[in-house]
Amino acid sequence: MPYDLNRYDGFAPANFREESPFKIHGGCGLMGICDESGALMSGEVPILAMAVQRDRGNGLGGGFAGYGIYPAFPDHFCFHMMYHDLRAKEEAEAILDRHFLIEVAEPMPTRPVKGITGAPLLWRYFMTPHTHMLEERDVSAEDYVVGVVMLVNSRVDGAFVASSGKNMGAFKGVGYPEEIGHYFRLEEYEGHTWVGHNRFPTNTPGWWGGAHPFTLLDWSIVHNGEISSYGINSRYLEQFGYTCSLGTDTEVAAYLFDLLLRRHKLPVELACKALAAPLWDEIDRMPADAAALMRSLRAVYGPGMLNGPFAIVLGFNGGMVALNDRIKLRPLVAARSGAVIMVASEESAIRTVLPAPDEVWTPKAGEPVIARVAGMEPPFHSQLHASPAEISCAMTAVEAACHAEEVVA
Amino acid sequence: MKPASIAPPAGVIEGYRYVAPAVECDGATVRMDAQGVYFQQLNDAVREEIASGAKLIRLSNVNGQRYIGTGLRVSGVKIEVEGTAGNDLAMFSDGIEIEVFGNGQDGVGNTMSSGRIVVHGDAGDVLGYGMRGGSVYIRGDVGYRVGIHMKAFEKLVPVLVCGGKARDFFGEYMAGGMLVLLGINARDDSQPIAGGFLGAGMHGGVIYVRGSVEPWQCGAEVAIATVGEEHMAELRPVIEDYAKAMGMDAEDILSQPFTRIAPMSHRPYAKLYASM
Repeated sequence: MPYDLNRYDGFAPANFREESPFKIHGGCGLMGICDESGALMSGEVPILAMAVQRDRGNGLGGGFAGYGIYPAFPDHFCFHMMYHDLRAKEEAEAILDRHFLIEVAEPMPTRPVKGITGAPLLWRYFMTPHTHMLEERDVSAEDYVVGVVMLVNSRVDGAFVASSGKNMGAFKGVGYPEEIGHYFRLEEYEGHTWVGHNRFPTNTPGWWGGAHPFTLLDWSIVHNGEISSYGINSRYLEQFGYTCSLGTDTEVAAYLFDLLLRRHKLPVELACKALAAPLWDEIDRMPADAAALMRSLRAVYGPGMLNGPFAIVLGFNGGMVALNDRIKLRPLVAARSGAVIMVASEESAIRTVLPAPDEVWTPKAGEPVIARVAGMEPPFHSQLHASPAEISCAMTAVEAACHAEEVVA
Repeated sequence: MKPASIAPPAGVIEGYRYVAPAVECDGATVRMDAQGVYFQQLNDAVREEIASGAKLIRLSNVNGQRYIGTGLRVSGVKIEVEGTAGNDLAMFSDGIEIEVFGNGQDGVGNTMSSGRIVVHGDAGDVLGYGMRGGSVYIRGDVGYRVGIHMKAFEKLVPVLVCGGKARDFFGEYMAGGMLVLLGINARDDSQPIAGGFLGAGMHGGVIYVRGSVEPWQCGAEVAIATVGEEHMAELRPVIEDYAKAMGMDAEDILSQPFTRIAPMSHRPYAKLYASM
């Protein structure tokens, strides 16, 4: 009964109400696939890759993100929303309505699936920000959207933004990923890039909003592992206006990539080095200029470093980045088959989708695997060219500081 | 969005089906088609056939099924795997022989006691973890934490030979047995033969590396030495057996000098908590 008003059970921000009633401890599985030629793949592809890795999860979280899936609305921000009840929906919609011109508001297409229960109300909105509100605030559309996402997630009890990018969307919930994919009718979507996740919650609750991927704007993150530095990372992110409110450690990784890549404009390779920093003795063995760069990076982004075991895939509009922690404490396998690049926790997931890959390899710890769709401008800088001074400038995020640096230089 | 599909999919997509594999018997040789069969049904079928006297079991279309050969305590039985063997291949196994025509995933030979595993491909992380006997031969590259916690007791001496290159923590906390790293069948020529933390915390056994390693790559508890004749006497038969299994030329492998890495003390932490 999705419209049962009795579901409203009061304000209890610490209470994750779509949480599963039990907890089991273990690991996770993930995948990412990108056709660099831009050719589109059905949502059945990521489902199949996750179905083979079913035993890596325990049914307490599954999810996907697809890119290029909304060609009819390529320039609208698409919000996938989760509501605990109608009261939360009304409150969140009031916020969305105040900030955006809502072109389409509709329930997410779903179908009943055995094993999927307790779903929140699922809605999606195709919207554009009110131009005058951007002008009044003198902010970019992206910063504006981030602000609204933080506002909804932290202020509206029982409402969560599952995704907020353009021509992309996240489909996630409590269940095995193949069930969640079937529930969201993923076979009706086609994308050039997909990420998928199978959850085995360890330190945080298994609930609909806490399933992976975690997203912000076009970024989506799927993660296997645990981010032991969650506390220091979330405090660091708060200084930049991000509020961590979803109760899963992975949330910080999504916001850190947004901070480093979009706002600080770090080249993606450097951003990965900031998050999975080389060990100090490794830095000591580097050539002098590279060592200086890495020392600056570690000094500046110390509180942003992700400590603990992880394998993550970052999806974006135009490709994906896969990354391991620096001492490889979680599995990650990569492959190329023609124009398709794929990563997964297990080689079997790759071979299910790509039976005869041109090459299969295990990426080195801390070194990203990057896939880019031809003809799509990546949303970040892509060459290792930043000097220590430039990194300091990026951190302050004040252009004037960079100009001053140039004048001084 | 595509328009709603004409025929909606029949149901949830399954990675594996929970059905017994198709089995074909020919005397003591048994063939099984593992295509899409869940690991539990596949391994149950393997155990049943061994109990009925099968000596050679050929598994085709294997892709990611876990625990193949796990916990089997039999001798004179061989399993051939065609495809990618899943995690924990031959874990806790005691006597079984397994040959994989494809790659191994993580945890091959985990805590195995005896027997022989040959992989004609690459293998993943934590290969040979806690091995206490038997031999594991890998043709290509291996991952992180290979041969960690390996141990030996009297005649039970595990041997692990990797034909390609290895990553960090090779032989970490090793307590016994022999690890050999050849660096020949490697995917990437630009990488060093091993990563860092080689033999870190090692206090028993020996590591042979074809070629050399830098001191920074090794843990604080080991010494790097050249290989003498007495060491070649123990290494040569291992290389010859490996070369035979892989169809390689043993003399070719032995044509380059090896480096020997062994612990400086068998009790490196003896004085850490109490003086002796």
